[in-house]
Amino acid sequence: MTDAALHTPDSLRSRSEAVASTLPALMADAQHLAATVLLGVHGRKRAGMGDEFWQYRPAQAGDGYRQVDWRRSARSDGHFIRQTEWQAAQSVMLGVDDAASMTFTGHRNRPSKLRRAQTIAMALAIVSVRGGERVGLTHLPEPPRGGSAQLMRMAQALMDGHEPGDYGAPKPQMMPMGSRAVFVSDFFGDVAAIEAALGRAADREVRGALVQVLDPDEEVFPYDGRTVFESMTGAIRFETLKAKSLRDAYLARLAERKAHLQELCRRTGWRYHLHHTDQPAEPTLLWLYRALEKVRG
Amino acid sequence: MIGSLAFATPLLLTALIALPVLWWILRAVPPAPIRRRFPGVALLLGLKDADSQTDKTPWWLLLLRIAAVAAAIVGFAGPVLNPATVRTGEGPLLIVMDASWASARDWSARADRVALLLDEASRAGRPVALVALTDLPPGELPLQSANAWAARLPSLSPAPYAPDMAAAADWAATLEGPLESWWIADGLDHAGRDDLTAALRELGPLSVFQGDRDVLALAPPRFEDGAVRATLARLGSEVALTYEVVAHGLDPAGIPRDLARSEAVFEAGATETEAVFDLPPELRNRITRFEVAGLRGAGTVTLTDDGLQRRQVALIAGGASDEQQALLSPLHYLRQALAPTADLMEGALSDMLLASPDVIILADIATLSPEEDQGLTEWVERGGLLVRFAGPRLAASDVARDAAGTLMPVRLREGGRSVGGAMSWGEPKQLRPFPDTSPFFGLEIPPDVQISAQVMAQPDPELAARTIASLTDGTPLVTRAGHGQGSVVLFHVTANADWSTLPLSGLFVQMLERLAISTRPATPEAADLEGTVWTPDQVLDGFGTLRDAGTRPGVPGETLAVAPLSADLLPGLYASDNRRIARNVVTADTLLSPAAWPTAVPVEGMSVIAPTDLMAAFLMGALVLLLIDAIASLWLAGRLSGLARGAAVLALVVTLPQGGQAQGLSPEDERALLATSEVTLAYVLTGDTQIDETSRAGLQGLSNTLFQRTSVEPSPPIGVDLERDELAFFPMLYWPVTPDQPLPSAAAYRRLNDYLRSGGMIVFDTRDAHIGGFGSGTPEGRRLRTLAAPLDIPPLEPVPPDHILTRTFYLLQDFPGRHLSRDVWLEASPPDAEAVEGMPFRNLNDGVTPVLIGGNDWAAAWAQDDSGRPLLPVGRGATGERQREIAMRFGINLVMYVLSGNYKSDQVHVPALLERLGQ
Repeated sequence: MTDAALHTPDSLRSRSEAVASTLPALMADAQHLAATVLLGVHGRKRAGMGDEFWQYRPAQAGDGYRQVDWRRSARSDGHFIRQTEWQAAQSVMLGVDDAASMTFTGHRNRPSKLRRAQTIAMALAIVSVRGGERVGLTHLPEPPRGGSAQLMRMAQALMDGHEPGDYGAPKPQMMPMGSRAVFVSDFFGDVAAIEAALGRAADREVRGALVQVLDPDEEVFPYDGRTVFESMTGAIRFETLKAKSLRDAYLARLAERKAHLQELCRRTGWRYHLHHTDQPAEPTLLWLYRALEKVRG
Repeated sequence: MIGSLAFATPLLLTALIALPVLWWILRAVPPAPIRRRFPGVALLLGLKDADSQTDKTPWWLLLLRIAAVAAAIVGFAGPVLNPATVRTGEGPLLIVMDASWASARDWSARADRVALLLDEASRAGRPVALVALTDLPPGELPLQSANAWAARLPSLSPAPYAPDMAAAADWAATLEGPLESWWIADGLDHAGRDDLTAALRELGPLSVFQGDRDVLALAPPRFEDGAVRATLARLGSEVALTYEVVAHGLDPAGIPRDLARSEAVFEAGATETEAVFDLPPELRNRITRFEVAGLRGAGTVTLTDDGLQRRQVALIAGGASDEQQALLSPLHYLRQALAPTADLMEGALSDMLLASPDVIILADIATLSPEEDQGLTEWVERGGLLVRFAGPRLAASDVARDAAGTLMPVRLREGGRSVGGAMSWGEPKQLRPFPDTSPFFGLEIPPDVQISAQVMAQPDPELAARTIASLTDGTPLVTRAGHGQGSVVLFHVTANADWSTLPLSGLFVQMLERLAISTRPATPEAADLEGTVWTPDQVLDGFGTLRDAGTRPGVPGETLAVAPLSADLLPGLYASDNRRIARNVVTADTLLSPAAWPTAVPVEGMSVIAPTDLMAAFLMGALVLLLIDAIASLWLAGRLSGLARGAAVLALVVTLPQGGQAQGLSPEDERALLATSEVTLAYVLTGDTQIDETSRAGLQGLSNTLFQRTSVEPSPPIGVDLERDELAFFPMLYWPVTPDQPLPSAAAYRRLNDYLRSGGMIVFDTRDAHIGGFGSGTPEGRRLRTLAAPLDIPPLEPVPPDHILTRTFYLLQDFPGRHLSRDVWLEASPPDAEAVEGMPFRNLNDGVTPVLIGGNDWAAAWAQDDSGRPLLPVGRGATGERQREIAMRFGINLVMYVLSGNYKSDQVHVPALLERLGQ
């Protein structure tokens, strides 16, 4: 479903949609993914500022007269206040790592990490916009906005140029106070940059989630024999005579990196999630949706 | 010759010196690394390899590569196994072939060898003479170019006899040397071979080429201890071997075929064995030749002649011979003369005529009953030989007084005559020498044969022609006349010693033999055959193939008996009159002994080992090694996983289809399942679409009615093709008879009979009850009789009023279909079945009748269409509907009867039935 290379009726439909509406393929994927989430309940289920009716509640001391709903109160002895649903818009800032390392895929039938990361981010954006919130990208110097036009802009921005260099780091240019933020990356780059970004976010009372996207090959390290490993740009080279013997050491370092990220999140009140590209994207999107909601609470 | 190895370009082998250098170079170069893009490289930086062993090529991979390179070098050097050796020599060349019967078995190998030798001679430019010892060239030695001989080589064939070595030695002595000789020998030591060897060696150097194929010789079979024994001899004796000897002959229809086969087992070390045939006389007499199966050559074929045949001779004497003494019995001397060489029968003439003997001998029998007369006449005209002996009864009777008749060669005068007795003038007469027109011509007449009494022939224009032996005074003693294909011979004397001493002499036996009454016991001597001329009937060629002799000239008997086989006297079957003699290549005294050559004569084998070019093999080996190297290198470098996966998928694809085929039923199985899972009524497909459809609709209607009214719930009826389908699944077979129905095959009848015996039931319906009753001559009735003739059907009777069929479900007395006839027949009840007092039914306690025959066209009355409406009209109005209902009830009764057998015959049901019958 998330891979445009597979010819299923779904993907065929999404492709024709993509062509017809000049929407990037990414947008179609993300719409599709988002639709699976929107099928469920959506609403803040609490009283607040907004247009939608929420509930009547008995008037208490301190409530203004203007708040009393006279029509409702006339049907009974007490006074009732008409409350509307809380509809204050939130800002969700999305950061997608588009460095060269993200373009890796271990198998031609698997999407690259970047593709998956973009899909998840856009889907989250769609879900958020439909929920009435504003979304934006962290690496653009633009404030978050709502509406489908913003979605188009975001998709365009995500598909535009890539960051030079092997490994990216979250470089939040725009992070409004109290907003939510999501960073999607493989987090193979410099840990210090991640620490710094999370530190800045915590300072600005921004809560959010880190989604680490990994290819299964990076989890398993299924290599053997005399091998020269190169980074995606070829800038970093590492030669081994017996790749298999390095496996345990590599896995240990990977586990260490994951543990470090979790520790960072724990300290800053963020959430950490690991996603593999051979798994469907829906569970991750659901997790993100719930995670952001909880943070909000 | 094996093991010699040569190289086309041996210098290339020096490249092998470079191998150690290659070793050193390969060793220094480790396998190339794989380059991989991998984002996780950031995590790898700074890690160290645990060990560093694979930076050099492993030794076994090095060895593999060195071996591949070495194989390639050797391959390009052009190795040749068994390189051809070139025979040197010059001057004229004489190639001598035995070309005897013993060469036939591997003649093609010999011809190939000669072709190679001619090839060599052609290359050396030598003139060649190719001579077959069995066919010596007249005149000068035919020296020609080798190519001319090569063109004529295919037309050479082995002769069916042995070469005459003495003649060959004489011929060789006339040749002028120097002459090199190559001798293609058959391996047998023919008499005089040494002389020829010596003669050829005087001319020049001699080489011998001799095959290692064994020589086999099948001697003529002999009859001993009631079995035919054929001796098979061989030249070699090392290994135990088994050959099969086949007796060929005509079957009763006159078609040649294998009549019998027997194994001849050679023990290791034995050179002789026997094939034993134990055959009945009829079969034995039909054998025309024996041969060893699978072998070519005249030596393994032996023709049979009268020596093996034993004629069946019926002896009949008149009068009460029991009271006579043995030596006076009219048949005593005949028995003595014939018993060793013929199968004798005695008994009543009418019985023996049935056995169709070859010869019937009537000793002093005058009159025959008209039947016997007629039977005997027919038998003679079919080719029988009737031999009659005179005697007092014949002399006293009126037989052949006025006309000879068919059973007497001449007319007889009344009374006969007696010469040299006490009451007569003159001396007992002797035999006159046999004329050359007589079959007895050449037999020596012993002086002590005296005739004292005889019956006299009437003078007649034909008498002289019919006389084949006469007395010195010219009166006929033996007369013969042909009738149809057979002949009648009359001895004018008795078969015992009453009237003459002829039966006491050896001449009697010889005469019987010449008349082909008896057959000769062994190979005839020259003296026996003196004066006879034998024409070849069939002759053998060198390969043992029997051919028609065509117009080859006849052979005098004495030559046939003793002369060695030659181009003028080919082995084969020679006939004279009614007798046949076979001359075979191998006789009982043929000894197989291997040829011994002087030590100075080089002896070569027949087979030539062709040079084998090993270049391709070595290069292929190098290629295979390099392939292995490629796979091993991939494995070492850790890149084999994809290949392995591909191989696994391939293996899966290869193994999958077999699993898929194990399922699925054949159409026969499905049909059997269909027929056996429910009760299924079946009908015989007649080939007439209309009738088949009516049968199907009828049984379908009956099935529907059964379904509605009874607990029998049949599945749709099935049409049965008697030729193909298994019948055992069906309880009942409905068989409508059409006049033009084809007769089932024998196999179908066997199945039908099996079906009937195992409890099946066939309902024959001739559908003609409106025009004729049971057994009447309607076309259907006649066809039914033909159809049912081969079936195993018991005696029949019309359905008795107390038959179980009348009360298995409904109580019925009529069995109508579309027609209303009471002629319905089934198996007759046992004759001892009797009604018990007070019981309305007999106790018929046996099985279901195998057949039910009627003509009421039941299927038409039962027939319903798919919606259950009747298809065909029955009768008129309500009466017709009633008739249809009764027909349906009969059908139900029938199926119930078939399914439940005689259950309703059980007396338990009698009270209830009585109550319902109102008695």
